[in-house]
Amino acid sequence: MNNKVAVYRKEHFNAAHRLHNAAWDENKNDLVFGKCNNANFHGHNYELIVKVVGVPSPETGYVIDLKLLSDIVEENVLKRFDHKNLNLDTVEFSRLNPTAENIAIVIYNILREKLEPELDLQIRLYETERNFVEYPAQ
Amino acid sequence: MVYLTRLEHFNAAHKLYNPAWSKEKNEELFGVCANENWHGHNFDMYVTIKGEIDPDTGFLFDVKKLSKLIQEHVIKKLDHKNLNLDVDFLTGKMCSTEVLAIEIWKQLVSHLPMHVKLHCIKLYETPRIYVEYFGD
Repeated sequence: MNNKVAVYRKEHFNAAHRLHNAAWDENKNDLVFGKCNNANFHGHNYELIVKVVGVPSPETGYVIDLKLLSDIVEENVLKRFDHKNLNLDTVEFSRLNPTAENIAIVIYNILREKLEPELDLQIRLYETERNFVEYPAQ
Repeated sequence: MVYLTRLEHFNAAHKLYNPAWSKEKNEELFGVCANENWHGHNFDMYVTIKGEIDPDTGFLFDVKKLSKLIQEHVIKKLDHKNLNLDVDFLTGKMCSTEVLAIEIWKQLVSHLPMHVKLHCIKLYETPRIYVEYFGD
């Protein structure tokens, strides 16, 4: 019998970014990324949903203590990205284009190593109310 | 009298920073919002107009025309921009949500026909923070 349960923690952070490929000229960047390429950046309220799947511990009844998960997300994700310029203020996106796709992958990789290996992890990231991504795709 | 509201969105970068103050004073007062390389938001803007219904159309004002006015005078200037650097009507002003709401009001108010009054600009900076400006 599969006793796995999914638990979720919802967080949010506000950040500036621009979509830009330094290997391309301005025309091509404008053509591909449009107004998201604005040289002086723009920004979003990102909504982050961290999904953790596992079997509840017989001792606590928890898949993971959600307070602990909240602290891990706060310390490792929000502190890095909240009220920051993703392109200029973070190591992760100094060379990587901060699309919602790449942000989700980066957050996954950061959190993956903080969680027990038997727990499954999935990231859902809303860039706007209507645009969101999930990683890993299932 | 009826009230009609149009909801629009724009995404922008900004920072809260008073250039007359030191970096330390700005950080003390504005905290993370003073980050020198900006941060950003998805702004939701509710534009409410009021007036009497035109008996011929049943409309207070054609919402398509209202939408075009908002696009032309507000959204085009703010969406995917840096509020501190890219917006002519915010030059030299503090880019708080309060100031932004008042400046948006000023952009729109003169473009409405005589029989339509601007009632309120309601501006959400985040889903949990918003301001309202009624023109007084």
